[in-house]
Amino acid sequence: MPTFVYMTRCDGCGYCVDICPSDIMHIDTTTRRAYNLEPSMCWECYSCVKACPMYAIDARGYADFSPLGHSVRVRRDEEKGVIAWRIKFRNGKKDMELLAPITTRPWGKHIPKLSDTPAPSQEMRDSQLLFNEPKYIRLDDGDLHTLKSNGLTMKEGVYY
Amino acid sequence: MAYKTIIEDDIDILVAGAGLGGSGAAFEARYWGKDKKIVIAEKANIDRSGAVAQGLYAINCYMGTRFGENNPEDHVRYARIDLMGMVREDLLFDMARHVDSTVHQFEEWGLPLMRNPKTGAYQREGRWQIMIHGESYKPIVAEAAKKSADKVFNRICVTHLLTDEAKENRVAGAVGFNVRTGNYHVFKSKTVIVGAGGASNIFKPRSVGEGAGRVWYAPWSSGSAYGLMIGAGAKMTQMENRIVLARFKDGYGPVGAYFLHLKTYTQNGMGEEYESKWFPELQKMVGKEYLDVEASHRTHRPIPTCLRNHAFISEVNAGRGPIHMVTMEAFQDPHLEEIGWHNFLGMTVGQAVLWAATDVDPKNENPELTTSEPYVMGSHATGCGAWCSGPEDVSPPEYYWGYNRMTTVEGLFGAGDAVGGTPHAFSSGSFTEGRLAAKAACKYIDDGKAEGIRVSDEQIDRRKQEIYKPMEHYRIYRNEITAGTVNPNYINPRQGLDRLQKLMDEYAGGVTVSYMTNEKLLNIGLKKLKALEEDLEKVAAEDIHELLRAWELKHRHLTSEAVIQHTLFRKETRWPGYYYRGDYMKVDDANWHVLTVSRRDPKTGEYTMEKAPCYHLVEANE
Repeated sequence: MPTFVYMTRCDGCGYCVDICPSDIMHIDTTTRRAYNLEPSMCWECYSCVKACPMYAIDARGYADFSPLGHSVRVRRDEEKGVIAWRIKFRNGKKDMELLAPITTRPWGKHIPKLSDTPAPSQEMRDSQLLFNEPKYIRLDDGDLHTLKSNGLTMKEGVYY
Repeated sequence: MAYKTIIEDDIDILVAGAGLGGSGAAFEARYWGKDKKIVIAEKANIDRSGAVAQGLYAINCYMGTRFGENNPEDHVRYARIDLMGMVREDLLFDMARHVDSTVHQFEEWGLPLMRNPKTGAYQREGRWQIMIHGESYKPIVAEAAKKSADKVFNRICVTHLLTDEAKENRVAGAVGFNVRTGNYHVFKSKTVIVGAGGASNIFKPRSVGEGAGRVWYAPWSSGSAYGLMIGAGAKMTQMENRIVLARFKDGYGPVGAYFLHLKTYTQNGMGEEYESKWFPELQKMVGKEYLDVEASHRTHRPIPTCLRNHAFISEVNAGRGPIHMVTMEAFQDPHLEEIGWHNFLGMTVGQAVLWAATDVDPKNENPELTTSEPYVMGSHATGCGAWCSGPEDVSPPEYYWGYNRMTTVEGLFGAGDAVGGTPHAFSSGSFTEGRLAAKAACKYIDDGKAEGIRVSDEQIDRRKQEIYKPMEHYRIYRNEITAGTVNPNYINPRQGLDRLQKLMDEYAGGVTVSYMTNEKLLNIGLKKLKALEEDLEKVAAEDIHELLRAWELKHRHLTSEAVIQHTLFRKETRWPGYYYRGDYMKVDDANWHVLTVSRRDPKTGEYTMEKAPCYHLVEANE
């Protein structure tokens, strides 16, 4: 469903313009409000819907195959770390609310700043290991898998 | 034109495109290059860019060695059989042995991974897939990339790679333009890691109106990974290996969780199981080695995705459609019903919208499935991409030239869709490939391989002229006509895309011809692509947004040409269900158990094709 913007709710803040992965949310120069300028390049990813502080953006199913009269609305709450959905069917027979977590941690706090971590040793540079490895691969004392450790070899030809 | 030229100089590592692969590269590069200058250039906003912009409900590549579940070689064997043998097993093994460390980090960063309450292990959806609440997968990963990068340039459409003028076949950075300000951006860099995406929208989609936006792979995946690297003369591999997806009709909602976790299954329009009856005939086409239903049952070896597609397509063409997904049983369980809906909301909201619009409640009705138009990419059940070096300790000599994930152009690395022969990497594997490429790029610089790079003002100016030419063209010829879009001097990007999609569909095995092609058709396709290439010199852009579409189209065009060249080269039908060479309808292991490798000469545009040996991982004592 390509997105559209309600005239009375949009205040032209441009958050949707800033986030749209497809570069199709633009500000209309006459109304000074956002609009979807290329619906056939809209993936209905809902990035703009989630980003809109005025809840001004909604989606109407693609005209190619979606009859009118349905609704899928969303509120994404970064503070609480949850996303809430409401799905309403065209015939009114189904009205569902669904809630899901979006993160388990305060934003960004547990992502290391690698410039502050100790530099890797030359031995580590010469190895096949990446940051945090081998520890993070198996979370035990085990090392990285190699052809040798796993008793394997690379052979040319037809093998299945 | 009044656009500024903004030069970013002295970059060590330029990440071109920061989806999952590029984000992994930017993140990891800081660890190995504490004092290196790391810069990201991204077409959108990295908080919501790439194929994972919308979120994911599963991580499809996780070994679980921590829980004693799988070893890397198990995953290699899985990818091998799924792709009918045609994979780079060194790259796959390397990705698989590191991928768990990536996933464990994601959990620590806050990505909600579901746990199996009984075992304490991650909740498995299938043997390789784990279930997540991944609505914010991309914002979380982007945060990690931002913490490592010196600068992030959002909204830069990278159009070309810069080439070194001091040493042949060495990369020197990239250029592009800001899709909002229009400014020209020059990134002079010692290395470039291409994290750009594969291609949707090069074959005509089933929905051609508004619904064209609801393609399976993101509409913003414009084949730039291939456009950039082919344009710089990098060798490509397995570009014929386009993918066709069996998905929920129109919305292209994912079926993985439905098959694997909800245990739904398919049936034809008469309510019958249909797959198995196509297999005996199919076995004659591909050989018992690739399709052995009994062995598959016995050993849990999967039946290749393309072969299951083949049964689907054949059944529909036999007049017994539509194919339905039987959801009515599973959805009686309210818990499973909720998972079924969450699965869409987490990664394909449009499918939920479609069912709401058409009153399809899978509890009371079995939804229709369809097979999609083909896509060209390298991280799902297909392996298009650049011919890259593998790791020193795994790769045979033909696969190794010094730096892991480096293409055949020096200093040019890839991750995710950009790397060929590595299917089934998905999100976590792409991020891991980015990490591997970043470590190797740092080593490349530390080894002194990037010394003395020279980029002349002439090269920078030439690219600038080229980039803005569609706008210039529009300005010159627009007023020759009264109004509208019909002009004898130019086509606009939409018109060009329509032509590309039509010819790829009809000549290269798209959906309207049931994925069928042959040598004659492919040669006509090539001829038409050549004419389109000439017209793309006359593509016109009314504004900066159209200029973005013009360059996406040029990248899609380069990708398409590679697809046809490779399809023409491989004289067999290796993946029935993805495409068919009508003139060679069988798998031909005697001649074609090889990887296809191409190079387009950037100066002449001429293609050269070669076969590369296919190495497999086998037991050391075999």
